Amino acid sequence: MSAVEEAANEAPAVEAVPKRAMTLGYGTSLVVLALLIIVPMFLKNFFVFQLTMLLIYALAVLALNILTGGSGQFSLGQSAFYAVGAYTSAILMEHMGVNYALTLPVAGIICFGFGFLFGQPALRLSGIYLALATFALAVAMPQLLKLGFFEHWTGGVQGLVVTKPDAPFGLPISQDRWLYYFTLVVSIGIYIASVNLLKSRSGRAFMAIRDNEIAASAMGVDVALYKTLAFGVSAGITGVAGGLGAIAVQFVAPDGYTITLAISLFLGMVVGGVGWLPGSIVGSAFIIFVPNIAEHISKGLSGAVFGVLLFLVIFLVPHGARQVAMVAQQMLGKLKKN
Amino acid sequence: MELFTNQVLAGIATGAIYACMALAVVMIYQAIDHLNFAQGEMAMFSTFISWQLMQWGIPYWWAFLATLIISFAGGIIIERLLFKPLAKAPVLTNVAGFIALFAIVNSVAGLIWDFTIKQYPTPFGSSPFLGSQLISTHQAGMIGVTVGLLILLYLFFQFTRIGLAMRAAAAMPESARLVGINTSWMIALGWGMASAIGAIAGILIAPVVFLEPNMMGGVLIYGFAAAVLGGLTSPLGAVVGGFLVGVFENLAGTYIPGVGNELKLPIALALIITVLVLKPAGLFGRPIVKRV
Amino acid sequence: MTAMLNIKDLRAYYGQVQALHGLSFSLNEGSLTTLLGANGAGKTTTLRAICNMVRSTGAIEFEGKPLSGKSTENVVRLGIAHVPQGRGTFTTMTVEENLQLGAITRNNKKAVVTDIERMYEHFPVLKERHTQQAGTLSGGEQQMLAVARALMLRPRLMLLDEPSFGLAPLIVRELFKILGKINREEKVTILVVEQNAQLALELADQAYVIETGRIVMSGNAKDIANNEDVRKSYLGY
Repeated sequence: MSAVEEAANEAPAVEAVPKRAMTLGYGTSLVVLALLIIVPMFLKNFFVFQLTMLLIYALAVLALNILTGGSGQFSLGQSAFYAVGAYTSAILMEHMGVNYALTLPVAGIICFGFGFLFGQPALRLSGIYLALATFALAVAMPQLLKLGFFEHWTGGVQGLVVTKPDAPFGLPISQDRWLYYFTLVVSIGIYIASVNLLKSRSGRAFMAIRDNEIAASAMGVDVALYKTLAFGVSAGITGVAGGLGAIAVQFVAPDGYTITLAISLFLGMVVGGVGWLPGSIVGSAFIIFVPNIAEHISKGLSGAVFGVLLFLVIFLVPHGARQVAMVAQQMLGKLKKN
Repeated sequence: MELFTNQVLAGIATGAIYACMALAVVMIYQAIDHLNFAQGEMAMFSTFISWQLMQWGIPYWWAFLATLIISFAGGIIIERLLFKPLAKAPVLTNVAGFIALFAIVNSVAGLIWDFTIKQYPTPFGSSPFLGSQLISTHQAGMIGVTVGLLILLYLFFQFTRIGLAMRAAAAMPESARLVGINTSWMIALGWGMASAIGAIAGILIAPVVFLEPNMMGGVLIYGFAAAVLGGLTSPLGAVVGGFLVGVFENLAGTYIPGVGNELKLPIALALIITVLVLKPAGLFGRPIVKRV
Repeated sequence: MTAMLNIKDLRAYYGQVQALHGLSFSLNEGSLTTLLGANGAGKTTTLRAICNMVRSTGAIEFEGKPLSGKSTENVVRLGIAHVPQGRGTFTTMTVEENLQLGAITRNNKKAVVTDIERMYEHFPVLKERHTQQAGTLSGGEQQMLAVARALMLRPRLMLLDEPSFGLAPLIVRELFKILGKINREEKVTILVVEQNAQLALELADQAYVIETGRIVMSGNAKDIANNEDVRKSYLGY
């Protein structure tokens, strides 16, 4: 099938999620925020670290959600952007002595540029073909990082060790806890910016492209610009997540950013609900905790257990956490009426 | 020049593997309109079944035949059990289902047959083919089987009623129901056929890459790439694409400096993407003329 | 005359939205009936409900057999051919393959071959283009193909959803002439849903008018055509 035919004729691969349905109400948001602030105070450092990773992966899933749920493009290459962000932060910190917080915007900007450029050839591709192209990027990235040519900077196969930052101003909290709250602030900032982006003119343009590319271009939306822009924004956010990940894990190495990571992020998006931004954190929890749970249930069959759990989730809620939220909202509505 | 010819020959030999897998990929794409990421794992599982049958003393060809039948039935059962309930779910949810299936099959195969590498026999022998050191009789036999399979599939889809019905169900399910086609069963049938073709691919590939639960990882990626390169709607394209990818990969490994084994795959993929950017429907994908 | 299709208290739903509110009507064997109504009145939904393509309640009986609970393809196999809105052309396949698909449920190969020849006589333009991809045909030609494809089923009942949609008036006239011929010569009962009320009433012998999911008027097509309300609302004079 030609791309034109596909765009013109088939129902869009990504369901149209109305703008209003992409976020949480104020009340719920505040409850979630309060939980995110209070709970880590009572946890051991290791669990705090896990929560930090939860936020970081949630950011990466959110980034994919903007690309797929927002503009209807599909990417299996998010691990590549994540890797670029992680390496940018690590190299700036370790080779140039830049403060960790300052490396994040740099990682974001570099990844934005990278994603924007990658979006150019991707413009000609859609659906399966775009998936393959982004997949190639994900497969190539670890190999590129291992190249001898960059070894001085990247540390080659060995990777780089990253120093964990202390809490500033002599605050009496552990490194892990400080990093958690730092990540939380960055995440909230990016979440709010993303919500506003999707509510803006650009967001409407993304969604118009998602729902019907030809109609969107007929209405005067610069399809090429907005599609590449979506790629850029998504890559940029993924890059920030990657940078945060490097700092939290204290280590970057090529084999940490394989296609498996990209697939995990994809699963996170599906489980959270495609196009529903708050679902990103649910999806992130799924990809962090469920493999662990599977490992606990059966060591030898952990892959199978994970697969079965994943099937259970998509059987019960094919639209992911978004579906749960919608049902809950309806039930609440009924309760209020009574 | 001799180096070049040799590398092309070697490329064609590995290309036969990809072509075979690509054929299975196109088959299921025709039937269900998605790429099944678990297809390689299903093929691996089928190959293990045939190996197990041979271990129990069943002769090669009987084991082959039995495996085809088991795989065909298995494909249908998987569709009925796991993917029919997802028929109305979003496309991306289905893709997540494929990933889940991948994890399950891989893990179960590892538990039953463990992860050690196993020898797998070939019915074609492995002496040099027509005096060439680069193509063995097994690889020649593989090319022969792939081409034969291609011809059979072509005849099936072009000239049988059920082939026509399957194409119709995949292209326009609603219209297909309105002419009385049971589209749901057509999909199951597609799964069965793809699974059986995957089994053939696995059995042919196993003597080359050896038998183990992860044997198909790389092959499937090349198979996808070949199928996409050839145009997902064309079985002929898939086979040609398979050979091209094999040759690409070998030549890049030989002539581009700094490309070791590690970078072969990214380079091959990059070339394919270049082709796609120039020709988005693949080399053999039928460009469709449509009035709006 | 006996009723071939009997519909009682048909209600249909799209998700939470109810589209039909207790529709009842019947078709006589051999008749050519038209279902008239404005946009959104529920005409298409009625046809889709007959083929079980939309969630519905109520009783639909075809030649005495209930259709509820039957899948779309099994309804079709009873001899009900449905030409949907948008014509349902298999655009990527050739004209001839489209005709073969129409007869895909029939087992007698020879009869199918002769039927294809017969269709080429009815619609010479299809013969000219028999190896062409169906998607490349003009709108009018595709509509001819859709009718021909439906006839390949050898249907007892044919449902047509706005066959005039998007066609030039001249072509619509030609198409309706052919429908009349099919009804008389091939003894196919036809139910045609139309917005083009004038032409539909000229063609049909029975007519129903549907408004917001209910039948509001029924009777002989000529009487309906002369009805003042219908003239004002649907015929525009």
